[in-house]
Amino acid sequence: MAQMTVEIAENAPPLPESPPTLEQRGVLVEYPKSAIARRLLPPGKAPSALHERLNRIAGAILPTAIMLTVLLVVWQLACGHESSALPGPLKVWQESHDVIMHPLKGVTLDGSGLHITEEGDVGIAGHILRSLGRVLIGYSLSAVAGVMLGMLIGTNIYAYRALDPLFQVLRTVPPLAWLPISLAIFQDARPSAIFLIFITAIWPIILNTAAGVQNIPASYRNVARVLALNPLEYFFRIVLPACVPHIFTGLRIGVGMSWLAIVAAEMVQGGTGIGFFIWDSYNSSLLSDTIVALLWIGMVGFSLDRIVAAVGRLVART
Amino acid sequence: MKQRSYLAIEGVTVEFATKTGPFRALDHIDLSIEKGQFVSLIGHSGCGKSTLLNAVAGLNKPTRGVIFLDGEVVDAPGPDRAVVFQDHSLLPWLTVAENVALAVGKTAQGKSKAEQRDWVMHTLDLVQMGHAATKRPGEISGGMKQRVGIARAIAMNPRVLLMDEPFGALDALTRAALQDVVMDLQSQLQNTVLMITHDVDEAVLLSDRVVMMTNGPSARIGQDRTVDLARPRNRLTVMDLPDYGAARSDVIRFLHEFHRNPSLAA
Repeated sequence: MAQMTVEIAENAPPLPESPPTLEQRGVLVEYPKSAIARRLLPPGKAPSALHERLNRIAGAILPTAIMLTVLLVVWQLACGHESSALPGPLKVWQESHDVIMHPLKGVTLDGSGLHITEEGDVGIAGHILRSLGRVLIGYSLSAVAGVMLGMLIGTNIYAYRALDPLFQVLRTVPPLAWLPISLAIFQDARPSAIFLIFITAIWPIILNTAAGVQNIPASYRNVARVLALNPLEYFFRIVLPACVPHIFTGLRIGVGMSWLAIVAAEMVQGGTGIGFFIWDSYNSSLLSDTIVALLWIGMVGFSLDRIVAAVGRLVART
Repeated sequence: MKQRSYLAIEGVTVEFATKTGPFRALDHIDLSIEKGQFVSLIGHSGCGKSTLLNAVAGLNKPTRGVIFLDGEVVDAPGPDRAVVFQDHSLLPWLTVAENVALAVGKTAQGKSKAEQRDWVMHTLDLVQMGHAATKRPGEISGGMKQRVGIARAIAMNPRVLLMDEPFGALDALTRAALQDVVMDLQSQLQNTVLMITHDVDEAVLLSDRVVMMTNGPSARIGQDRTVDLARPRNRLTVMDLPDYGAARSDVIRFLHEFHRNPSLAA
């Protein structure tokens, strides 16, 4: 190695005694005047944190806002003329002004809880609350029964073989098709309506819970076996927590389905509820009221989905 | 009759049912391990090392043959044969301490809650993971997860510690650190250990004996090499010892010769 260095040193040209002159170093490039001027300017102000945040929010909201505006304009252009079968947005605003602006009519909140008047006019929020009450009962029942049935067919292969075909067939039956059977079974409007919600929401809960149990990684089972967990401990320490994400997927689809069933349910049990409101407005040829009700149903359904998803995240974290 | 060893695997054959008939993974394995011995199983992929380890764990049953642990027949999984899994298998919804506590709760019957908690923290400290007791597995690195996996296993105070390629999924530096942890634990606890590995250096560095297996199907024990190196072993100084080199070349020779010509294996 040392010898190599010497060889290179011998072959190398002799070092110059003084640093090379400008001519020896080659062409000089003139630095552009504009660039020099730019460097002399004070530094530009960095965008403030608030500014960046506003930018981000605008980026998130603007596309939706623009889309909504375009939609409203197209709708108005398409349905704005006199002969249109469907009311345009302006007409909806005028005709249903009372429905839109006074949703809480007949609803009072006091120390003893929420009251919705039984007689007379009820605002749309009152109908929504009535419907939510029904959905809450039907959906809670289907959540409890669904998770239990899902656990059963997920853990027991014979229960799975016996029940899964039945569930696969029944889950495709639309809510309205259950209506006559439901009425025949219960002979009464109130339980029939709740049964409709129950039977619509339960299938995704059962099937997702079962899939969760079946997809527990083999390694968790091996851990349980090495630790010699008894069946109860295995269920509560391993199966249940391992299934939480699947269960909540089922619950989330289920809550959407139960809300879908509300119109069918309230065809049975008339008088109140958003489903009834839609039928009522249709029968009274108040299409603009129907449109307002549709928007309410959509927004409430969306909120229900988000609430269940948030609860799922909360449970998964603990 | 000859005195039976602490862990005695006697004539163990394991067959699995497949669509094309039974598949024989292991063929008449005899292996005796003394108390406190650290034994590595090494062999090519698919040679049935894991099958043998799982048989000792009780996770799968031998078709023929018997496994004795301290004179008792092994026929089901149990916490006296703790397993360190290659994928660590920590439960992601429990914290590090809760994962270890789950194992302690099953094995420390009669101890008070406070004693159990102390024992959990003690084992976590042994693998230098006390600082992460309240973290969840998703929040710590792969090497740390495997430290916790080891802590969970030793927390059970097992009669045999079974390690299924414990460092297979780790990078070389983390792996070396974990090997040092295992050597350190071994010098303190004198566990009886059966470890599967693919890594020749790991086998020689950690083990008292390296058991080399022939390729499956119908895998058998090809060679059984004792590694006579004084403990504690230091990975840097031990490399220069002739015994280390000899053991290492024996294992490599077995693995490579055998790969070329399977009939050479005894």
